[in-house]
Amino acid sequence: MQSEIELHHPKNLAEALNLLAHYGPDGKLLAGGTNMVVELRDGHYNGKSLVDLSRLKELRGISKQDGYIVIGGGTTITELIDHPLIGAHAGVLKEAACLFANPLVRNRATVAGNLVDASPAADTAPPLLALNAEVQLMSQAATRWVKLEDFITGVRRTVLQPGELMVALRWPVPSARSAGAYTKVGLRKADAISVLSAAVMMTLDNTGVCVQTSIALGAVSPKPYRAHEAEALLIGKVLNTALITEAARLAAESTRPIDDIRGTAAYRKRVVAITVRRLLTKAAEVLK
Amino acid sequence: MKPQMITLHINGRTHYVALNPNQTLLVALRDLGYTDVKCGCEKGDCGACAVFLNGVAVNSCLVLAGQADEGEILTAAGLGTSEHPHPLQTAFSDAGAIQCGYCTPGMIVSAKALLDHKPHPTDTEIRDAISGNLCRCTGYAQIIQAVQSAAEKMDAGGEG
Repeated sequence: MQSEIELHHPKNLAEALNLLAHYGPDGKLLAGGTNMVVELRDGHYNGKSLVDLSRLKELRGISKQDGYIVIGGGTTITELIDHPLIGAHAGVLKEAACLFANPLVRNRATVAGNLVDASPAADTAPPLLALNAEVQLMSQAATRWVKLEDFITGVRRTVLQPGELMVALRWPVPSARSAGAYTKVGLRKADAISVLSAAVMMTLDNTGVCVQTSIALGAVSPKPYRAHEAEALLIGKVLNTALITEAARLAAESTRPIDDIRGTAAYRKRVVAITVRRLLTKAAEVLK
Repeated sequence: MKPQMITLHINGRTHYVALNPNQTLLVALRDLGYTDVKCGCEKGDCGACAVFLNGVAVNSCLVLAGQADEGEILTAAGLGTSEHPHPLQTAFSDAGAIQCGYCTPGMIVSAKALLDHKPHPTDTEIRDAISGNLCRCTGYAQIIQAVQSAAEKMDAGGEG
């Protein structure tokens, strides 16, 4: 640890925003630290001011408000697993949280941290994309809500501006006629980085017509994203095996995977087709 | 780099220390003599450095010491004494769950975190609870036995 840093511990959100406004592009955010502390030790962030958000109570909490589930950006992965609202209204997110790293890391890692880090393999991104989540970005000057889909723009790139921090996330409470499914493919049972992950949500009307669906994919493109073409194929139709298989094929076609230590691009593309078919089938069966 | 003064309450003792802001809690604890906290991978994969910070089990290598300022820290050694060991400490020793011993403090922290919430865990729940702790000696079987046997003793004796 040779890097030259200043560490600030604001006592509340206003103080944190003040520090971020003051330091501008030199102000770096530190939340759970599960990625940042490793990067710090490796000597990144020379001459930077770190603003520690880990003790800000304003960034915690999970609640149901005006038809939305709202969670603080500083909510830890463990808090997602333990909170009954997440189990009841965001099963796909709970499943992803249970497979996130390991219990010791889950106790520190935060949802906002996972999203701001913007890894293609960020485990909370596919379920939150499938849930149509939006993120709340706050600076001293303004507050804005951005669709998560538009928040991550590329490998470790987001629309977060200097001076801004992600204070909260929200998604509409899914309809009672909806179901979701999630899969993470890893190379081991615990503490795995995703080879790929996928989350789907689906809503059928009382005649069995698919009125809403989302198919979100992780670790198969520069950023986690929604396979809109595949989704569009299913909207307005009564689902059957052929239709689901075709949607899964379109989802696989939309990927831009790479070869890396965890798997080849060809493997990822092929497994996306199988995984999405299984997830759509599973969600449709739940709604029968 | 300007050192900052921080206060750490460790195993019931209070320490005031001047530390550089990029110092991890792991290094701070070991420098203060709490060498039961082991330094393994230093990136959150092995769990050898696990401690309780304000009641929550964390990898001390992933926490900057400054983030733990004013915090209550409990290490594996702080769970008991030689005269009155914690049931987990006794069980690990009795079950042969310790070979080289490097993973043991972290294992005990993760096991206690589990038993605090689930006094009667299944083997699968134990496996999940220690999934962030690597052991390269035992193959985990004795560790799981040790946690089960500690759970039984804690249930019978009302300890822990």
